[in-house]
Amino acid sequence: MTQPVRIAQLSCGAEYSGIQHEIDTAAAEVGGEIFFPDIALKDIRRDFDLFGLDVRSPDLKLNIARAKALVEGRVEADAVFIATCFRCAEAAIVRNELRRYITENSRLPVVSYSFTERTTAGTLLTRMEALTTIARRRALLAREVQQGITLGVDSGSATTKAIVMKDNKIIGTGWQPTTEVLKSANEVIARALAEAGLTRDDIQAVGTTGYGRFLVGKEIRADLIQEELTVNSKGAVYLADRQHGPATVIDIGGMDNKAISVMDGIPGTFTMGGICAGASGRFLDMTSKRLGVDITELGPLAMKGMGANVPMNSYCIVFGTQSLVNALAAGSRPEDVAAAACHSVAEQVFEQQLQEVDIKEPVIMVGGTSLIEGLVYAMGQLLHVNVVVPPHSQYIGAVGSALLASGFIQER
Amino acid sequence: MAKVFIYPATSLILSDLVSRYGHTPLSSAVAVRERIQTAGLESPPLQITPEEPKKGLRWAAVEVPAGVRGRMALYGPQIEAAEAAIIINDADLSFGCMGCARTNELVKYLLRQKDIPKLDLYYPKSEEEGVRFVAAIKRFLDGLGGKQ
Repeated sequence: MTQPVRIAQLSCGAEYSGIQHEIDTAAAEVGGEIFFPDIALKDIRRDFDLFGLDVRSPDLKLNIARAKALVEGRVEADAVFIATCFRCAEAAIVRNELRRYITENSRLPVVSYSFTERTTAGTLLTRMEALTTIARRRALLAREVQQGITLGVDSGSATTKAIVMKDNKIIGTGWQPTTEVLKSANEVIARALAEAGLTRDDIQAVGTTGYGRFLVGKEIRADLIQEELTVNSKGAVYLADRQHGPATVIDIGGMDNKAISVMDGIPGTFTMGGICAGASGRFLDMTSKRLGVDITELGPLAMKGMGANVPMNSYCIVFGTQSLVNALAAGSRPEDVAAAACHSVAEQVFEQQLQEVDIKEPVIMVGGTSLIEGLVYAMGQLLHVNVVVPPHSQYIGAVGSALLASGFIQER
Repeated sequence: MAKVFIYPATSLILSDLVSRYGHTPLSSAVAVRERIQTAGLESPPLQITPEEPKKGLRWAAVEVPAGVRGRMALYGPQIEAAEAAIIINDADLSFGCMGCARTNELVKYLLRQKDIPKLDLYYPKSEEEGVRFVAAIKRFLDGLGGKQ
């Protein structure tokens, strides 16, 4: 039997919020085991003073001492989960600083999360899976070259993508909006195989990722079924040819966003989520529909506009849409509205998520939204960097899956 | 005999003193131990479900963190039932401790707002202060009546 991945939990308020069971369940579902680093009271006093962050909550002091024990090797763990109450400023500061401290001073993968009483195991599952994957599959994630003939499928919330790769080259692609999960997957696979001039029997290994990864993976008997945080990181640095050193991967998806701080292709810290669809690709999709243009035209349109001319804050998709309608009714130019929508989405990802990862260049944007150049431009302006968009960036999950799946060919 | 809310609610020493002087301590039935192997310093004495933070809305608004509201679901009713209160400020962790500073602020405030006998003390830093500290608590509890 495989040993569980030992995940050290540093938290404040999880038990009193009634969600400790959800955290335990999410970890157990992906082969993880939550534990609380054993600390003596005297260590709390000493380590808290040494760390120098003068917080008042005793449980946050406990977390500081636990983080020091992990970094100094007094307590062994495979990964770290830092969680504090949503809307607690003191805890947010500690969460952020501990995440940074552990990442800079150890090789432990860290995920941080702010919860409410409504947090469920389902919400935490992908994050926990990424933690256990990084801890358990470091050798697989170190793969830099695709070998043989492999298929990668990314069953996303908005679109389904497939990629066929052969000897480190992409030879077939398939893409379509997700409707029925299995039907969409089968159709994009057929398209990718047709483009590659191959049949299913020619494929030596298969990988799946995305929301539908388990269902699709089971159906097509995938060798690798893996969450999109690790897969997309790998795909991003592979396609951008930045496999060594630090990088930041931003994926503004159809349903949620991912911001991942990567070192040598392996995620160190990451955030996933977003307050509302107003900060996701969905809002841009709605904007293009309201403007009467195809989503592929939204980016070029935005590049011609001035976002500052239109007040827009898509913090909530309903109010964001209201801003959109108001602006158009007031006579705003479509290009200005398009630019404002791109800026609004980029700004929210910047404010809500990018604060929780360390931005290190290159910043690589991936996923379907990375093709909307107005959004990429807005993100570059906010971060003061030149954002890299690699070729085939919309297929990132499928490419990452195909690349990693080739590690299974020899096993077969 | 009076129902005396003690702060920190996890202090076994305070709880014991209140009982010895013939009163009922309102506290949490957990003690802070020398080694911490639980999620927090004062992990809850009973299973908390996501319903507790909702019950806590009686004492703290929805924008207050869930951890505060979950704690208030336990301590709020005790504060309402309290006929007296002992508050020890800046207590050492080993004396008793409540993990969340925001909850602590709210609990102390709600107690101070109540028109009940209260003893508001600082944790002693020397032996001499310690003697005065225990004597003050004894005097306070004696003053509440009840049997020894």
